[in-house]
Amino acid sequence: MRIAGAGVDTTHGPILYLEGITVSFDGFRALDDLSLTIDDGELRCIIGPNGAGKTTMMDVITGKTRPDAGTVYFGQTIDLTKMTEAEIAHAGIGRKFQKPTVFERHSVFENLELAMKADKRVRGTLRAKLARADLDRIAETLGLIHLGDAADREAGSMSHGQKQWLEIGMLLMQEPRLLLLDEPVAGMTDDETMRTAELCQTLAGRHSVVVVEHDMDFIAKIARKVTVLHEGSVLAEGPMDVVQADPRVVEVYLGR
Amino acid sequence: MNAPLPVPLQTSLRVPVHPLLTKRGWIALFVVSYVLFVLVPSAHLLLPAGHPLHLSDYFVTLTGKIMCYAIVALAMDLIWGYAGILSLGHGIFFALGGYAMGMYLMRSIGRDGVYHSDLPDFMVFLDWKAYPWYWSFTDHFAWAAALVVLVPGALAFVFGYFAFRSRIKGVYFSIITQALTYAFMLLFFRNDTGFGGNNGFTDFKRILGYPITAPGTRVALFAATGVALLGALLLCRWIVTSKAGRVLTAIRDAESRVMFIGYNPLWYKLAVWTLSAMLCGIAGALYVPQVGIINPGEMSPANSIEIAIWVAVGGRGSLVGAILGAFLVNGAKSWFTQAFPEYWLFLLGLIFIVVTLFLPRGVVGLLSGKRR
Repeated sequence: MRIAGAGVDTTHGPILYLEGITVSFDGFRALDDLSLTIDDGELRCIIGPNGAGKTTMMDVITGKTRPDAGTVYFGQTIDLTKMTEAEIAHAGIGRKFQKPTVFERHSVFENLELAMKADKRVRGTLRAKLARADLDRIAETLGLIHLGDAADREAGSMSHGQKQWLEIGMLLMQEPRLLLLDEPVAGMTDDETMRTAELCQTLAGRHSVVVVEHDMDFIAKIARKVTVLHEGSVLAEGPMDVVQADPRVVEVYLGR
Repeated sequence: MNAPLPVPLQTSLRVPVHPLLTKRGWIALFVVSYVLFVLVPSAHLLLPAGHPLHLSDYFVTLTGKIMCYAIVALAMDLIWGYAGILSLGHGIFFALGGYAMGMYLMRSIGRDGVYHSDLPDFMVFLDWKAYPWYWSFTDHFAWAAALVVLVPGALAFVFGYFAFRSRIKGVYFSIITQALTYAFMLLFFRNDTGFGGNNGFTDFKRILGYPITAPGTRVALFAATGVALLGALLLCRWIVTSKAGRVLTAIRDAESRVMFIGYNPLWYKLAVWTLSAMLCGIAGALYVPQVGIINPGEMSPANSIEIAIWVAVGGRGSLVGAILGAFLVNGAKSWFTQAFPEYWLFLLGLIFIVVTLFLPRGVVGLLSGKRR
C-alpha cells in the first residue's frame, strides 16, 4: 500500500511494460496479446478506431480490469496485476477518465487538496493540516491548469474543458511518474485544445505521459511517438508521419 | 532608467479554515448547555408541581427520549448525509445498545422481582436455573457499558467489512441492512434467545443503586443524555470538518475517482459506519432506563426507516439539521399520536413525500435558503 512513486526502478529505460495482455468479455477479445513499452519521460500517443481496446488497456494498467493473461510491470519490479486501484495510484500512476470526474460539490481548491500526495489513511486525514509548501504546490498547479483565479469555485459550476484541466491538475498533485490521459480534449473548444496541447508538452519530461485521443489535429500537435491499436493489439508504432503513411494504418483507421 | 520593481512572489491562496464551530455555534452550544444542565433540572426539581414554570415528568422524559433519537439521527446523518450510505437497519444498533444496558438493569432488580429469585422473572418463567454465559458480568455496570458500544460496533464492523469489501452499494446495501435488523428482531422474539422474548426487559428498579423513577435519577439521566448528544455533535462535527470528512463526501459523490487518487474507500466507510453504530448503541443505552422498557419492536424495519425520515426532514448533510429533524418529527409524533392516534402514519408518510419533493435539503435548507 505504501509504495512511493520514487521507488519505481527505471534503470533499464522503460517505465511501463505490457506483455502478452489478453482480456476477453463474454468471448469478445478486447485485448489480444497486446505488448507495449513506454520509456521513462516519454510522451506517447495512442490512437485507434473505436473498440480497438484503448480504454481497456488503461483499465488493465490502473487495476480496474484484471487481464486473463499477460504481465504488466511498472518499472522493473512492480507487478501491477497484483495491486488494487488505490495501491497503483500510490505507486505513481495517475489516470484521467474519458468523462471528466471531479468532485462536483467540492471547491477547486479542495479537489486539489484531496488529490495531493499525502498520508491517505483514515487516521492521517483526520489530523491533516495544510502546510505552506502544500499551498504553494496547489497554487503552482492552479497556474499550470489555467485555474489560478477559480480556487474557491465549486467544481460542478465549471465548464467541461475546465473540469478536464482540473482533473489533470488532480493527477499532478499526486506527483505521479506516469500519467494516463484518456481523451483529454474531448468536448473542448479549439482554444482549449490548443492550451491542453501546450500543457501536455509541459508535462512530458517531468512525467511519462500516455495520451489516448481521437482528435488527430491534437495528436499531430503533440505527438513524438505514436502507437496504433487495432482489434486489441499493436498495429503500428513510430513517428507520426511514418505511421500516417503506413498502408495498414490508412486502411483501418486514417483512410476512413 | 529605473530598475523594474521586483514583483513579490505571491499566491492568492489562504489556508482555508474549517473551524470546529463558528462563533455563533459556540454561543448556541453554551445556551443549549445552560438550558439542558441548569434550567430544565431546576425547573423540574426545585419548582413545585403547581408552579407555571414547573416542567413535568412527562416533559423531561419525553425530551430525554427525543435527545436519544437525536443522537441516532446524528449517527445516521454521518453515514447517509456525508458518506452517502443509506442504512435502513440502524435500529438494530440502537436496540443492541439498549439490550446491553437492559441486561445490567435486569440484574440490578435483584430479588425484587415477582418471583423473588436471583434470576429475572422471564428466566424463572422459562424454568431456567442459571444465567446463560453471555449474561456473565453484566451485573457490573462497567462491563455492561462496554457492551453498549462493543456489541453494535463489532456487528457493524464485521457486517460492514464484508458489505463494503464486496462493493455493495446503494439500494442493495439498504435492503441488506433492513434484512439484518429484521433477522435480529425474529431472533430476539424467541424466548430461547435469552432476552425476554417479545416482552423484552422491563420493570427496572434501580440504576447504579439509585431508584430509577426518582426525580433526581431522572434528571441525571436527562443530563447524561444531553452530554452524550452534545459530545456526539462535536465528535461528528470534528470528523466532517477534517480532511477525512471531505474524503467522505468525495466518496459519496465520485467513489471511483477517490480510489484512483489513492484512497481506499473501504476503511473510510467502515470507520464511519462502525462509529455510527456505536453512537446508536450509546443512544439506546440512555433510552432504556428513561423509557423503562426495551423489546424486539425496536428492531422492526419500520423503526429504522423512521430514523432515515428524521434525517431527511431535518436536512441530510447538516448535523444540526439531523438533530432538528429528530425533534420535529418526534415532537409532532408525540402530540399527534395523542390527538389523532390513527392518522399518525399517514401524516408521517405525507411529511416524507413533501420533504422529498419540495425540500431536498430538508428544513435546514429551507431556513438557510430564506436567509439568502
